[in-house]
Amino acid sequence: MSTRLATGGRLTDRTKQMKFRFNGQQMRGVEGDTLASALLANGQLMMGRSFKYHRPRGPVASGSEEPNALVNLGQGARFEPNQRATTTELFDGLVAASQNHWPSLQFDVGAINTHLSRFLPAGFYYKMFIHPRPLWKHVYEPFIRRSAGLGAAPDAETVDADTYEHFYTFTDVLVLGGGVAGLQAALTAARSGAQVLLLEQNAHWGGRTPVDGGEIDGKPAEQWIKDTVQALEAMGNVTLRSRTMGAGVYDHGYVLGYERLTDHAPETPGPRHRLWRIRAQQIVTATGAIERPLSFAGNDVPGVLLASAIRDYVVNYGVSIGDRTVVVTNNDDAYRTAICLHGHGLNVPVIIDARMQGGGALMAQAEALGIRVLKGKAIAKVKGTRKVTAVEICDQAGEGAVLETIPCDAVAMSGGWSPVVHLWSHCGGKLSWDEGNAFFRPDLSRAPTSHDGAPFVIPAGSANGYIQLKDTLADATTAGSSAATAAGHQPKVGTLPQVAPREEAAMLPVWLMPQGANVKLRSKAWLDFQNDVKVSDIQLAAQEGYESVEHAKRYTTLGMATDQGKLSNINGLATLSAALGEAIPSVGTTTFRPPYTPISMGSIAGQARGDIFQPVRETPLHGWHEAHGVHWEPVGQWRRPYSFVQQDETVEQSVNREVKAARDSLGLLDASTLGKIVVKGPDAGKFLDMLYTNMMSTLPVGKCRYGLMCNENGFLMDDGVVARMSDDTWLCHTTTGGAERIHAHMEEWLQTEWWDWQVYCANVTEQYAQIAVVGPNARKLLEKLGGMDVSRETLPFMQWAAGTLGGFPVRIFRISFSGELSYEIAVPASQGLALWERLHAEGAEWNATPYGTEALHILRAEKGFIMIGDETDGTVIPQDLGLGWAISKKKADYIGKRAQARSHMTDPTRWQLVGLETVDGSVLPDGALAVASGTNANGQRHTQGRVTSTYHSPTLNRGIAMGLVLNGPDRMGEVLEFTKLDGTTIPTKIVNAVFLDPEGEKQNV
Amino acid sequence: MLILECPYCGVHAEETELHGGGEAHLTRHGPESSDQDFEGYLFQRENPRGVHFERWRHVHGCGKWFHAARCTATLEVFGTYSAQTSEPPQHIRDRISAKRPGWSWRELA
Ligand SMILES: [Zn+2]
Repeated sequence: MSTRLATGGRLTDRTKQMKFRFNGQQMRGVEGDTLASALLANGQLMMGRSFKYHRPRGPVASGSEEPNALVNLGQGARFEPNQRATTTELFDGLVAASQNHWPSLQFDVGAINTHLSRFLPAGFYYKMFIHPRPLWKHVYEPFIRRSAGLGAAPDAETVDADTYEHFYTFTDVLVLGGGVAGLQAALTAARSGAQVLLLEQNAHWGGRTPVDGGEIDGKPAEQWIKDTVQALEAMGNVTLRSRTMGAGVYDHGYVLGYERLTDHAPETPGPRHRLWRIRAQQIVTATGAIERPLSFAGNDVPGVLLASAIRDYVVNYGVSIGDRTVVVTNNDDAYRTAICLHGHGLNVPVIIDARMQGGGALMAQAEALGIRVLKGKAIAKVKGTRKVTAVEICDQAGEGAVLETIPCDAVAMSGGWSPVVHLWSHCGGKLSWDEGNAFFRPDLSRAPTSHDGAPFVIPAGSANGYIQLKDTLADATTAGSSAATAAGHQPKVGTLPQVAPREEAAMLPVWLMPQGANVKLRSKAWLDFQNDVKVSDIQLAAQEGYESVEHAKRYTTLGMATDQGKLSNINGLATLSAALGEAIPSVGTTTFRPPYTPISMGSIAGQARGDIFQPVRETPLHGWHEAHGVHWEPVGQWRRPYSFVQQDETVEQSVNREVKAARDSLGLLDASTLGKIVVKGPDAGKFLDMLYTNMMSTLPVGKCRYGLMCNENGFLMDDGVVARMSDDTWLCHTTTGGAERIHAHMEEWLQTEWWDWQVYCANVTEQYAQIAVVGPNARKLLEKLGGMDVSRETLPFMQWAAGTLGGFPVRIFRISFSGELSYEIAVPASQGLALWERLHAEGAEWNATPYGTEALHILRAEKGFIMIGDETDGTVIPQDLGLGWAISKKKADYIGKRAQARSHMTDPTRWQLVGLETVDGSVLPDGALAVASGTNANGQRHTQGRVTSTYHSPTLNRGIAMGLVLNGPDRMGEVLEFTKLDGTTIPTKIVNAVFLDPEGEKQNV
Repeated sequence: MLILECPYCGVHAEETELHGGGEAHLTRHGPESSDQDFEGYLFQRENPRGVHFERWRHVHGCGKWFHAARCTATLEVFGTYSAQTSEPPQHIRDRISAKRPGWSWRELA
């Protein structure tokens, strides 16, 4: 059983006890514990169940590479799934629960999968769930949904109780990793005078060197680390940040840093996480190395851990995994674990070394301590299910015939070390295969390059393949010096930290234990612990033709879990290459993608949440609307009133009342969101003739003209009324939300195509409030305000005038989007509210009624006016909408003209705009399709049209719609069948799209 | 997250400040053009692994369009220059030649 030792734990303070709960059970830890070390101290070795087979799992590692010990952390608004117990710092009151089991961690129904494992091979989902199709909906999909995901998803209605923020910073040299290599690189770079930022993902400096031991400059490594951190802290050009992970390296020296500010102390005020957005001239990746598991049967049984992790738990936390630990290795480093355990009074029954010659000085040291060493041997199988009970020993060269069974309660395994090359690789750094150490290391001749074509990432220490302490420090010195030089500083000639060389025997690549393991053993030898991928799965994938590593990965899900294959990558790769009979470097690695470990969604969002996730654009009348029962509709970033709902009224009744008010007496609309772009200059007319399909240069001063704008593909992109302000100035109205896009469109053509034309355009949308005064009594209201002649004779339809109306400086545009007598009044934004209130007060005698976008839509639909985004969807040309009258035949060119001559655009079978009326008067569903006879290859009915706008018309008291129909304009009066959601159809007659006042008499009075 | 220097305002702009506008130096083909020319103008684009010329707009800055010459494989930027030109200026081409002898792009070399 795992337990807390009587003494030890260099990172813990036993005088500070902490309480926490795991699966509802009260437990105790001490300050400095991780959740994993505290659970182990409480004898809780089993921490979760695996994804596919629900096998019992304990921790296998002690750091961020941990695949098994994932927990649901926190409660309520602070709940988070899939948190690694090995990197979760313990705090008083922590609450955690294990994942992926039902009903309990001890007894789990899903564990039946492990007995079905031979029916659940690699690619099972692809093979099994294809046929028969009908089973998908009721059997397969519910099954997959229930078994998908490890942790519980946070409650969708809960709002994260914490806050997050983004910070920006710039530095000459950024060092990622605060182990001895990172410290030495930072120190070397800093002494040159370069600005240095050093990030360490853990709370402690020095990485794993204090656990591994050794002396630097004649003092214990731990003391050297302390002194170096102190020296760095004293330098004004150095910033150190612990609990901050280098998450990703991107183009041109851009790096994301992920700082966990309060995870270890949740009651601390301030943001929980901080995302650092860093630009660095040079980046030193001192990210260390990760130990590899060995592939033997039962290597996933709780109690089998990486040798380094077992050492970490003892030295850092004073926690042992078991009393008797068998060490199994293919290299010298694992002997340190045996020596360490022995030194803490724990029993090591045997060290199983796969090498025939065994190890070097460390082996001699272990043997001198009386520890039994077996050479050329392997583990055939680990016995036990919920915890290790014994190991069976065999020859590494054989097929697994058991020579001896040794009872034990822990296994420390070491398959060698892999440099952490992730950050080097994120932005294109390439790797080379190191035969002697059997690992990929950065290929310095193929580094990531920056804007100047020069490398900007420099790996250092064990991340660069220099595993021995002496080499690590020497390489880090070189890296720090190179980084400073590349960042434009002059490195000082310094002395290398002095480390006594240590003799270590060469490691032996061992990808399967024993090397001739039979299929029964291979199907219990795990590669990817979290996703349950075994040696046999990779071999099956290779056998089935998945020869590319990227394909084999996706087929077997190797390395696709939340740990992204930190432990499984190389072992899986080696297994695949062996199965293919190819060399490891020719099979290659999968792509390393950021982030290095998962970062919180909150940190990505930063401050951009709630009200400031997307700022709302408000018109000058926004506050008035809020005070008058508005129902908002988001239109782009704007909020527009959908309707002003009065007491005792449904929204539908409110909309109908607003429509009738505008038709019968007087309606007022906040039209401020309409885009307003001034286009000015000697060539402005020529420019607008290119921009619009119709002629704008001939528009007389004082007049207005409706215009269509297409893109170069010929498709209709915007519409609106253009007014000529003066000889060289036009004012272009765009759709709500279209102003920025259309302004950018104008700028693009002016700057990049017709740059010699003298035109200036300015988006003045927010400079004006615009109010539409609509209805038979509109003129009376304006006349009551006084100051301008708004008579039919002086200000006829499609003209505009400037003047003073009721004391307000205004422009009045006599235009109509409702078919009623209508004036749109533009007033400086600051006076918008005053004018609006005045119009309401003076208009009270005509029951002046504010109306919203839904009434606006109905008013325009009753008149057959198109709406961009309803009648258009990026595939519709003006010709489809019967708008040929707005396309100039005289102009030689306009944007989109050539495209509209392409054969598909002139195809007479393009669907055309018509009005639609259901025979029974009901309202058609939005987007309904008109069915035609016959079916297509997929068994779906052929179609011959679709609904683009559909409303209940209160004026006509029936459903009205517009739609695009095959040969529609030639089929007036014909009745088509339109689909309903329930599969039935509605008989619908094709009619003229202008449902009301086809002669336009009402707007022309 | 590229950094490109805006040749108008001189700001070393990060990609979030910029809007990519695709391939540079397209010749517009209008109403009288052949189907083939028009198709080439509207749809056919270079997709090089190496030297490329692009349009960018300093959209969250001075608002100006400009051109950039860069390597799509190494992210090296050879230079940025005015949008008001129908081909890359000689000093940009010289800089590319110095770094990538034998380069070619469309009919340029
Ligand atoms: Zn600029």
